[in-house]
Amino acid sequence: MINAVGRDIPEEILKQTGKEVFQGSHHFDGAEVRTESHHIKIRNDGGSKVLPSIHDALVKCGIHDGMTLSFHHHFRNGDRVLNMVIEECHNMGIRNLTIAASSMGPQNDPIVPYLDDGTITNIRSSGVRGKIGKAISEGHLQGLAIMASHGGRVRAIKSGEVKIDIAFIGAPTADDYGNLGANGGRADCGVLSYAAPDALHAEKVVAITDTLVPFPNFPQQIKGIYVDYVVAVDSIGDPTKIASGAAKPTTDQRKLLMAKYCSDFVAASPYFKEGFTYQTGVGGASIASTKFLADEMRNRNIHMALGIGGMAKPMCDLLNEGLIRELVDTQDFDLEAVRSVAENPHHHFIMAGEYASPLTKESYVNRLDIVILGALEVDTHFNVNVVVGSDGYITGAQGGHPDTACGAKCTIIIAPIMQGRIPTICDDCTTVTTPGEDVDVVVTDYGIAINPKRQDLIEAMKDTDLPITTIEHLRDIAYSITGKPEKVQFEDRVVGIIEARDGTIMDVVRQVKPFSLED
Amino acid sequence: MTCINPNKNRLRRSMMFLNAQKPSLLKDPYVYKADSLMFDLEDAVAASAKDTARFSLYHALTTLDYRGAEKVVRINGLDTDLWEEDIRCVVACGADTIRIPKTESADMVKAVEEKVEAAEKEFGRPVGSTLLMAALESARGVMNCYEICKSSDRMIGVALSGGDYTKDLHTTITGTGVELMGARQHMVIAARAAGVQCFDTVWTNLDDMEGFKKDVRTIKMMGFDGKSIINPRQIDIVHEIFTPTRKEIIFAEKVIREIDDKKAKGIGVFTVDGKMIDIAFYDGAKRTIALAKASGVYKGDL
Repeated sequence: MINAVGRDIPEEILKQTGKEVFQGSHHFDGAEVRTESHHIKIRNDGGSKVLPSIHDALVKCGIHDGMTLSFHHHFRNGDRVLNMVIEECHNMGIRNLTIAASSMGPQNDPIVPYLDDGTITNIRSSGVRGKIGKAISEGHLQGLAIMASHGGRVRAIKSGEVKIDIAFIGAPTADDYGNLGANGGRADCGVLSYAAPDALHAEKVVAITDTLVPFPNFPQQIKGIYVDYVVAVDSIGDPTKIASGAAKPTTDQRKLLMAKYCSDFVAASPYFKEGFTYQTGVGGASIASTKFLADEMRNRNIHMALGIGGMAKPMCDLLNEGLIRELVDTQDFDLEAVRSVAENPHHHFIMAGEYASPLTKESYVNRLDIVILGALEVDTHFNVNVVVGSDGYITGAQGGHPDTACGAKCTIIIAPIMQGRIPTICDDCTTVTTPGEDVDVVVTDYGIAINPKRQDLIEAMKDTDLPITTIEHLRDIAYSITGKPEKVQFEDRVVGIIEARDGTIMDVVRQVKPFSLED
Repeated sequence: MTCINPNKNRLRRSMMFLNAQKPSLLKDPYVYKADSLMFDLEDAVAASAKDTARFSLYHALTTLDYRGAEKVVRINGLDTDLWEEDIRCVVACGADTIRIPKTESADMVKAVEEKVEAAEKEFGRPVGSTLLMAALESARGVMNCYEICKSSDRMIGVALSGGDYTKDLHTTITGTGVELMGARQHMVIAARAAGVQCFDTVWTNLDDMEGFKKDVRTIKMMGFDGKSIINPRQIDIVHEIFTPTRKEIIFAEKVIREIDDKKAKGIGVFTVDGKMIDIAFYDGAKRTIALAKASGVYKGDL
């Protein structure tokens, strides 16, 4: 069945998942949805929740085949929690598990063998970087990999579509009552935003920490009332890989060029006014455009009311300088951001649902004026792909991309028209992850394309010196240099699903086919 | 030999060096919008890679559209056995301009011109279409600047090469500009007398952008047409300094309009914005407008 972004979703997948096809970003606006809740085992003894090992926690939680275990990705490439737990499950002979993680990456490479041996048969994640992505694309997962946005994940949990049996929450600090903090431990991650829905909705909640602190642990981001057990281990994460260091200001001239186009565009847009709200990523071009924009804010004495999402040093610097009034933070990418959220009273922790869930009475993303995002591919319908590489392999994650794109008044994608010899601007994305209806502007090294549905923005840019062009023109330039690439060849088998924020199917990911030249 | 290239006097505020040995640099440097791109076959290219660089350059220039940027190629010196083949490559791939390194005399330019003409005939290019420029890298070269400027109708101008020149002068690049003062002054006078353009040497310290700005302002005040650069991040600064400001454009417009108007009324001297103006200001004002037009910032109707 063809969906709203023109993707043919196989009937058997609709049947197998019980899902509908994507019908537009605002299809369910105003719908009334009943949310599911979970079981609580009443406890009234006032005793310690500390257990000696992950093994004990698994036993106490009644681990058995076919369960769904959840994890967060705040320790990023330094995470040790997911691997430790899965390793123990494997040792106990548990099979047929579903991993429901907020994201996964190369830190999880060691569990690849557990796909083949049936320990893990289904994965739900924002996306999968590293060797697991490759393994899924090559068909090593028996079930499906369902990739959802950060907001979509909260929706799936809250609606009961994803039933988490045991949530494992890596916590930089914990007391024996289960009050969890994100700072003051040995592997600080700043915030525990993506673990919040798991704590609120899982059947059992197990905190894993390497820093057990005396009761009561304050400040706390996840409260002990939600936590069943606490396990202390030697190390929950490699701090050097959590905050991969403050991204050094880029000297890549192409990124700076795009950043300048982007900040000039923002500054010329009707949204650049006192009290605007903004979100950006931590790529070189995004950070550089934030810096250029800050110059313009100083020049014109304009202040940002609110910065949203993942945080790194440049945004914290602007907060300190007084150019930003408040930051609401869902993830920290460097130590400056970790320190800032712990110390600056205007830098706040928020939960994943507050940030981006479509199943709420409004989330922060809906208050965004401007969001700046990246892309692996953008097609001439303005559809964006951030998950599947042009070679057909799962290599990225949705993150908050579709959530912020849907919510923001002005969604800007920054991408060069080619990456290596691969055209980024193309006729059709390999996989659609963010629908073109939510993408307003594409900034490239060769010019800026504005979505024709945004005639107001086209009009607003008419008298600027910005290199405004059409998306088709950008594609033509890319193809004139790289040639028009042949479509990647896939097998018929569907290995993954790109779940839209509302739970419908945006696209499917098929198993890659070993490349062969035609005779 | 008459030059038939209509772009001889085009806008050349920035001329960016690129190593022709590196395909990643040849691919699309025009996105940064330097006025001229200078592909180097000389010092940047390893001795063992001279032919590779020629092949890469040939294919890049015959395949890619450089979108209005001038394509200049620096060939190897006349004291090598490489320059003649370089010229065949450059003419065959249709580059706009050849930069002759270490130029010391008019005869050297003439020797290049002879080979260029032969190559134009060999590869079926219009004779007189390839432009030339000379880099002056020695005291002798600077002393002979005027002769060099006048040596060929194809000459677009001369460029100072500060590194080698200061060595020859028994000094170094100091960052103050003192060591370059004489050569710069002499060259810009000679170039103007010969009616060609004059380009300044590179600034190599990319961490000292303030020093770079000061340097560019200095040569702009001296009368240079542009500067050689080594990195895209230098482009905006050069263009900003070499492009007429709004204020300058408005004043130039007023001067041109007032002179035209007063001439008709038989008035010779008058004031614009409190400044005394006469016919002597006419050409300068016209040049400001022409430069503004070439730089794409003029939106008026003069």
